[in-house]
Amino acid sequence: MAEHSEPQEHQGSAHPTAATYVAIFAVLLIITIVEVGVFYVPAFHGVLAPVLLTLSALKFTLVVMFYMHLKFDHPLFRTIFTLPLLIAAAVIIALLFLYGVFRL
Amino acid sequence: MSHAAAAHYTSTGLDSRKIAFWTFIGSECLLFGSLIATYLVYEGRSVSGPTTHEILNIPLTSVSTFDLLMSSLMMVLALAAVQRGDRLWARIWLTLTALMGTVFLGFQAFEFTHFVHEGLGFTTNLFGSTFFTLTGFHGGHVFVGVVWLVTLLVRSFQGKLGPEKALNVEIAGLYWHFVDVVWIVIFTVVYLIQTTPLPAS
Amino acid sequence: MSQATATPLHNAPAVPIAPTGLWSWITTTDHKRIGLLYGFTAIFFFLVGGLEALFMRLQLGAPGNSVVSAETYNQLFTMHGTTMIFLAVMPLSSAFFNYIIPLQIGARDVAFPRLNAFSYWVFLAGGLLLNASFVAGPLFGADRLSVAPNGGWFGYANLTSSLQYSPGPNIDFWVLGLQILGIASLAAGFNFITTILNLRAPGMKLMRMPVFTWMSLVTQFLVVTAFPVITVGLVFLMLDRIFGTTFYDVSSGGDVILWQHLFWLFGHPEVYIIILPAMGVVSEVLPTFSRKPLFGYAIVVYSGVLIGVMGWGVWAHHMFSTGLGPVADTVFSATTMLIAVPTGVKIFNWIATMWGGRIHLTTSMWFAVAFISSFIIGGLSGVMHSSPPADLQQTDTYFVVAHFHYVLVGGAVQGLFAGIYYWWPKIFGHRLKEGVGKLHFWLMFVGMNLTFFPMHFSGLLGMPRRIYTYGPELGLDTLNLMSTAGAFLTGLALLVFVYNAWASRHEPKVGKNPWAAATLEWAISSPPPVYNFSVLPTVTSRLPLWTEHGVSEIPDTPPGPMHVPGGSHWPLMTALGVLVMAVGALQHHHFVPSLVTVLAGLGVVVVSVYRWAFEPFEV
Repeated sequence: MAEHSEPQEHQGSAHPTAATYVAIFAVLLIITIVEVGVFYVPAFHGVLAPVLLTLSALKFTLVVMFYMHLKFDHPLFRTIFTLPLLIAAAVIIALLFLYGVFRL
Repeated sequence: MSHAAAAHYTSTGLDSRKIAFWTFIGSECLLFGSLIATYLVYEGRSVSGPTTHEILNIPLTSVSTFDLLMSSLMMVLALAAVQRGDRLWARIWLTLTALMGTVFLGFQAFEFTHFVHEGLGFTTNLFGSTFFTLTGFHGGHVFVGVVWLVTLLVRSFQGKLGPEKALNVEIAGLYWHFVDVVWIVIFTVVYLIQTTPLPAS
Repeated sequence: MSQATATPLHNAPAVPIAPTGLWSWITTTDHKRIGLLYGFTAIFFFLVGGLEALFMRLQLGAPGNSVVSAETYNQLFTMHGTTMIFLAVMPLSSAFFNYIIPLQIGARDVAFPRLNAFSYWVFLAGGLLLNASFVAGPLFGADRLSVAPNGGWFGYANLTSSLQYSPGPNIDFWVLGLQILGIASLAAGFNFITTILNLRAPGMKLMRMPVFTWMSLVTQFLVVTAFPVITVGLVFLMLDRIFGTTFYDVSSGGDVILWQHLFWLFGHPEVYIIILPAMGVVSEVLPTFSRKPLFGYAIVVYSGVLIGVMGWGVWAHHMFSTGLGPVADTVFSATTMLIAVPTGVKIFNWIATMWGGRIHLTTSMWFAVAFISSFIIGGLSGVMHSSPPADLQQTDTYFVVAHFHYVLVGGAVQGLFAGIYYWWPKIFGHRLKEGVGKLHFWLMFVGMNLTFFPMHFSGLLGMPRRIYTYGPELGLDTLNLMSTAGAFLTGLALLVFVYNAWASRHEPKVGKNPWAAATLEWAISSPPPVYNFSVLPTVTSRLPLWTEHGVSEIPDTPPGPMHVPGGSHWPLMTALGVLVMAVGALQHHHFVPSLVTVLAGLGVVVVSVYRWAFEPFEV
């Protein structure tokens, strides 16, 4: 671990600008419209779940990486967040298997 | 090392409050993860009463979802304003964030009362129990967030939210974005992915 | 305004001392005082839990006994388990986290001293609420000694969720008490993770930290990830009981097994939360009294981390008899067998630490060695459970009781006593008496084995758990009598310890490092000054006091003025608000008074949190 005597405000060279934030929002907006669209278009119903999960995972990642600044912050924060997130995901998936929601 | 320096020494160079808050967010992943897991394993098991298809209002919830997403943008702009010492825009963006959070709560309140009128109460069936508990916990978190934002707003009007206090706003922002991110998951798995009922076992 | 009997000390004499008086203890934010509060409270509840056990063993000492009724017995075993786990062993570990971790990493205090105080006061509130149930019967129109929690420490639905099967306030006390305790643990988790990651002295890299601190870090990660899951399970239980939701109601499509999943998703990490700190203690004690560094430090650390992570993957081994199906059974059987591996690795490393060392059999060392042997026995019976077909015979019998008491009492408790005897001189400035200590140890070791070893046999002979009596035709009389005798011997051992604590107060004062140990806490006076370190030390070795120039010089008096944070009463007030909310929820059958009380408590919490947030407080 690097040694520091004063707390640093924020690290990271590429700090997002307001324009970046608005652009991220536009992407989030578009993805959400696509998601709702997929919901309403009957042709997509076969792949509804995988498509929606992928799209929402993308939104999740964008908000966490950019709005919550994880992409630009010290890697420690990424570790602190990712470990519990993985456990939570594993718990959800394990319970879905145990309850026969996926047929094995 | 002087005493003053020793008192503020950290081994990572990062602020302890930020580390603690990310740890808290990690634990919240497990809280909402358990609620979501329960909702998912119980989906389609209600014996009677209204279920997802009959009662969820996708257009309305899409609007509230946009509202919450936009509030995250407001929040991030509020933080930027505080960081550069821009008193006016800090107050504007903070107000807008809190406002949009309140609007989201309004949508939730409308949805909940509408559902009750349509015959879906907290104890009507399994769907009612799991749905209201999950979205209720989320709404409770939004409410706390709004109170937090209003507190920051008051501090700003008292002239006590300068750039040196940016971390306070950053941490409020982490909370707010996380609540938004949980909603992204809820909107997808509860509203958009409505599985058909499982065959009776 | 932060309250302190000591004045803010910027302009004060250079050497601050700890304030005195009751108010200074109530408002303390000093990790050493909070550690002492935890320790004394934990020992008190340990005695309470022990008393509950003695009543149980009296009842089971002979077949067809009538020392207590079935209803009372249910309360006894429920409270015994709940008390020992949540009010005795975990807080005793917390006492060490609080007192020792900042000293081991070279810090002045934890990252959030007021949050630390809040954890203690909320824990106390939870313990008091749970035990108030013993006398609260008349408040609910029932007899005394009839409304204590009685659904087992694991509270299985739908016994606990149905108002038909659990009509009284017993389970409400349990649910609310555990929720309160969960708040205490979570707050401490955030605090200690931050402290360990962020307040290590210069040079104290993660892989230079003492193993006790490492195991504590893993433990706190388990706490902050596992407690939210039980919180959710308990919320569902509370909603079913208070509002009539159907989370655990089968006729509405719910599933009682969901409770078991949520409980054991928490419950299995919980047992690692219990054992890892004791493993950390043993990893400190063994090297010190073998005059040899820990064998394979890195492996021991990684094994601890692995145990923590893998601990998330084994929970359903508590559910082998619930009909999960062959695939689930197989998966969890495999993961359970695998988790024995890192534990075994640690055991070999501990043995290798002692091998070839110059062994000093102090009381602390005896407890540490006994930890190893007892944990091996408990681990072996544990791995026997990992086979589902074998477990179908063992589950719900005394064989399981034997297993977990070997790892909990033989393991965690003996390990923590090793820590008590080890760190007592650091905390109080004098050693516990060695002769009395050895007596304590042998009484406890013999007592524990006499109590629990026969249970392997009575369990395999078919004696079920949680029964208040048994018939003479089962042939279990002698085994049960042996267990009862052992239990009283163990109780005697506890009394000997309490005597030791009192009688040793005039033992000779010790210096900084009475055991000639290696880690940082032994570099400062015994007891430490209120500010711990007069200057932040710089560390260049994992064994700072066993290495030439391993730690920079720490002057006995501070070179300049020192600031020590004052106290605050807002953590206590916030805890009080939480308690009021819980008491309000207990009255849920009378809706309006209940709601009013809950809201009043919430008001206290909100006001206290705001005052806490805005009071001037400098670490």
